[in-house]
Amino acid sequence: MMPKKILKVNNLTVTLDGEEIIKDLSFEVEEREVLVILGPNGAGKTTLLRTLLGLLPYQGEISWSKKDISYLPPQELFQRKDLLPLSIEEFFKFKKVSSAQILEILKLVGLESSLLKRRYGTLSTGQFQRMIIAWALVNKPSVLLLDEPTSGIDIGGQETIYSLLHKFWEERNMSILLVTHDLNIVYEHANNVLCLNKKKLCYGEPMKILTPENLERAYGTGIKFYKHKHK
Amino acid sequence: MQFILALIIGASIGAAAGYIGSLMVTKRMALTAGSLGHLTIPGVALALVYGFDVSLGALLFLAIGIALIWLFEQRTKLPLEALTGVVFASSLAVAFLFLPEEKTTKALIGDISQISFAAVIITIVLSLTIFLITKKIFSKMILISISEDLAQVEGINIKKYNFIYLACIALTVALGVRIVGGLLTAALVAIPACTSRNLSRNLFQYSYGGMIVGSLSCILGIIGFKLMGISAGPLIIITSTLFFLISLIFKR
Repeated sequence: MMPKKILKVNNLTVTLDGEEIIKDLSFEVEEREVLVILGPNGAGKTTLLRTLLGLLPYQGEISWSKKDISYLPPQELFQRKDLLPLSIEEFFKFKKVSSAQILEILKLVGLESSLLKRRYGTLSTGQFQRMIIAWALVNKPSVLLLDEPTSGIDIGGQETIYSLLHKFWEERNMSILLVTHDLNIVYEHANNVLCLNKKKLCYGEPMKILTPENLERAYGTGIKFYKHKHK
Repeated sequence: MQFILALIIGASIGAAAGYIGSLMVTKRMALTAGSLGHLTIPGVALALVYGFDVSLGALLFLAIGIALIWLFEQRTKLPLEALTGVVFASSLAVAFLFLPEEKTTKALIGDISQISFAAVIITIVLSLTIFLITKKIFSKMILISISEDLAQVEGINIKKYNFIYLACIALTVALGVRIVGGLLTAALVAIPACTSRNLSRNLFQYSYGGMIVGSLSCILGIIGFKLMGISAGPLIIITSTLFFLISLIFKR
């Protein structure tokens, strides 16, 4: 049986303030697929995720066959200051889930249940990231979009988060779209990889397409590449 | 009888303002209530001159003022905050130039000496409406301020909720000017929320705390007005400030 496609992207172009951020991009994601999106800073990775979620205007075609999609924005896009006395329990209740579901997911991401009474703004970076992953997973989405989920976290913490995500992926038949800079993650967990720098540079199974040449095209000679474009 | 009516009106407006105030302080918009309050002053003074309801006069001028600010913004692309400054200051100046000073002073600090029974009923209904709508949008507004992207992915229409929220603020201001006047509406929403924030551990305590302190300040302020014969508006705000100072001692 052919695996079901959950996302089809055709000739996607995103232009923001007159600047073309993504150009003529096409790819597909299957059920249970882990697609890693690679690319240097400013390549349009975050823009791509936000466009897929319908947060930005675009040209071309994006079609999802799933509705229950969760998103984990990059840390820097979160308002994490202690701006109000919001408890973690209240933050989870925004999603209309039961207390039992909240306790279960907190345990799975390795957080104490006493954390529920803590204030949103008082968590450490590591705790916050686990908490927000739990928040993204608590209503059992079939698709998860993650934007650099381990930025600002130490190496041990990164390991934990990726093995955690791997576990959820195995147990829950999820599809994952992940933006990261970590090549180890790509080899270890990705079914497919999409190298992006405004347009598609390479796309396919990591072992086949992550050749030194392709990596250099994506990362190594960014500045030269930029100059080529303007000749 | 007037005293009882004043107490009822004060308690309900204070509660609604304290509740929505907790949201406004979180979104750093407490001073918006101040600018909007200033906008209402000519409307309130006109209402006092021609004998129609002050909240109606306030709403009329709020509508005109907001429409002007919006028009100027479309034309100039200047920051909203600066344009609000232009509109509310000139509105205040117009009130002082063309309207009788006695009425304008009443519009500045409020007047609860003459309250009709109809005004009490309408105020209770509108305060309750503000409370119920704010309660409904509360968690969504908080999620929007934590992350707009996350809120949108959760299916929240940000523009729609912002509009409902602003309409509730305008309504709160229109009610608030009756008891504390156009000068003091910012204090009516901001101080109870600040007090409550000092004392609370979670959102529930914070928002309902703001509501209780807001209501209590109005009741005590109006009792003080009855006993001492000083204007109720400033007394309400001073009571509210006293609560805030006390909360500093118990700050969590």
